[in-house]
Amino acid sequence: MLAPGDGRPLLQIGLFADIHGNAEAFDACLAAAREAGVERLVFLGDIVGYGPDPAQALDRVAELAQGGAVVVQGNHDEAVAADTCAMSSTARRAIDWTREQLGPAQREFLRALPLTHAEDGRLYVHASAREPAAWTYVHDRADADKSLAATDAFVTFCGHTHVPALFHALTGRPASHFHPQPGKTVPLSKLRRHVVVLGAVGQPRDRNPRACWGLYDTAERTIAMRREPYDIEATVRKINAAGLPEWLGERLFHGR
Amino acid sequence: MRDLDVGRVIEGFTLTERLRSGGMGSIWRATHPDITEPILLKIPFLDPGQDVSTIVGFEVEEMILKRLEGAHVPHFFASGDFADTPFIAMEYVAGNTLAAEMERAPFSWQTVAIYGIQIGTALAALHRQKVIHLDLKPGNVILAERGAVLIDFGLAHHEELPDLLAEESAVPMGTPAYISPEQVLGDRRNPASDIFALGCILYELATGERPFGEPTTKAGMQRRLYHAPVPPRSHSRDVPRWLQEIILKCMEIDPGRRYATAGQLVFDLRNPEQVVLTARADADAHQPRGWRKLVRMFAGRRANLAPIQPSMATRQSGAALVMAAVDLASGSDPLAEEVRRHVARVLDSEPGARLACFTVLKTKLTGMDDTTDPAGRSMYVNRLVALKDWAAPLRLPDTRVSFHVVEALDPANAILTYAAHNDVDHIVMGARASSALRRHLGSVSAQVVAEALCPITVIRIKRHEEVAEARRIYRPMLIPTGA
Repeated sequence: MLAPGDGRPLLQIGLFADIHGNAEAFDACLAAAREAGVERLVFLGDIVGYGPDPAQALDRVAELAQGGAVVVQGNHDEAVAADTCAMSSTARRAIDWTREQLGPAQREFLRALPLTHAEDGRLYVHASAREPAAWTYVHDRADADKSLAATDAFVTFCGHTHVPALFHALTGRPASHFHPQPGKTVPLSKLRRHVVVLGAVGQPRDRNPRACWGLYDTAERTIAMRREPYDIEATVRKINAAGLPEWLGERLFHGR
Repeated sequence: MRDLDVGRVIEGFTLTERLRSGGMGSIWRATHPDITEPILLKIPFLDPGQDVSTIVGFEVEEMILKRLEGAHVPHFFASGDFADTPFIAMEYVAGNTLAAEMERAPFSWQTVAIYGIQIGTALAALHRQKVIHLDLKPGNVILAERGAVLIDFGLAHHEELPDLLAEESAVPMGTPAYISPEQVLGDRRNPASDIFALGCILYELATGERPFGEPTTKAGMQRRLYHAPVPPRSHSRDVPRWLQEIILKCMEIDPGRRYATAGQLVFDLRNPEQVVLTARADADAHQPRGWRKLVRMFAGRRANLAPIQPSMATRQSGAALVMAAVDLASGSDPLAEEVRRHVARVLDSEPGARLACFTVLKTKLTGMDDTTDPAGRSMYVNRLVALKDWAAPLRLPDTRVSFHVVEALDPANAILTYAAHNDVDHIVMGARASSALRRHLGSVSAQVVAEALCPITVIRIKRHEEVAEARRIYRPMLIPTGA
């Protein structure tokens, strides 16, 4: 399936994973993406959960989806929509709180999201291409091998781990791992297939507290993990005011 | 892509002459209507069943060469789609390879130094761009008119890009005669590996011998983990002790004991009289001295070699060679002391950095021959004494500091020439308070700031607001009249 755009080659794609209801981080990344000339937006799931502004983040994503943005579902999105939860207690408290913040239409939007979206050799999924609904993490090379085996896409973009990573493999060979440096543009070799794990917009866990989003250039086939500073104090004040677990705010300062 | 002929056109490039053809691909000269420079085309054979390292080598070269710039690498023009029409088009660099020259080795130390400076300068430019060559050898150095040009980046590593080769092979990747000990162990992230290879090249230039021969097995290559090479002076006493010092420092088994940067190596080759001689200078094939102990120490450490390596950022972006330009014409005044305080800060924050203390002796008469003029000579010596005295509070060991008194009429020009010539990474200098004369003649620091090729820290003594205010008010009166 080709992307909309009347056959005009796409140039810049902005990728956003794990926004987790962090409006300040989301705004900072969106502004940076607009400045970078991004023509297409892709949301890789977990719009809500943990953060203090789920409704605001969700409404923004829904509005962008109206304008053609791609959105896939994450495990937090599913949990909030579906009244079920198999998560850690911190996550569950946040999920329960989040559910109360959303109206029926908003929860329906989350429930109806697809697990994957494919276009022009690119696969978008929240966790792994292998059994997307099982929410398997792509942490290491073995995880990447399994994801690569489940798709023939040139590149799979995902999130879920909150730790940016690039995996690349030649046909018939195991995947290699690369830890991308903030803001540095990395080429994706056409002789290989790739899994690009985006860092989190709203809750980075790679010890870099800046919000992470991805800039993919389809003409050059390059990816950069961009990092944006944002008003963490403001987010943390809201987390504490909402009575959410304190650790959810504290970790934002440390990127953990 | 094996059946190519002259006249074949590949994405706009017309093949004009086959230069080489081997098992992995062919190399052609070519023309292109939009490119006036001479063109070289590398075309790999990417057959099914082709050794995977061939494919990866081309991927790596394409990825890295297109990101490199400057006089010391071939210009990248274009590359074809590797899945479809694989090729890399780059500048054809005219000149002999160092391998062709090497047939005439051994060379005089003067020639060794000239080649070493050229290759070291090219290496410094490469490392500044965060790339390690990892296959530096005479065949990969072209002696072009514009200086040494490094070619073949098929084994190279870029600090900010995925290392496509890292997990491809258990066999050490490199050329057996020049490969560094850490590369034999599989570490591909250390710029000091290129320093080691350059040390092997200098050794060969100076002695006509390869330091480790031409091993054909992994075990043969691993010998360099435990055995220091025969010192160059054991081959020939024509090799000066300072050159042996330099070569053996490049070839230290422990990468941390080699030159911290290629720039520092070039500095020593340019300033033989400043090379601090250690046990290396006197090492003898029959008396290994400190070597054995060092080798044992390193051998015990090699298992955890990789995690302790400094990154390229700390090795290469740091102020590896700091130049302090001090005005001592009126002795060590408050400004000179302030410059020294700042130099101490810079050195503190840059482990391993070296300091070149520099001062200009303003020659009053052009053509005054100071070497025979006793007055001129004593001025020079006095200034050198003053310079050493100025630096003494920094308490730097001899290995980290050098002193340069230069006679010149134009201090700014002397500072700039020295900095460019020695590839200085950071200049620290003072600026005098503004004065009528200085405004009239132009200030030394302003000219250096305008024209230097590296970071500069200009130190000025802090004054109080009232003084500055007064200066502004009275300035019109200070403009020289009748000029």
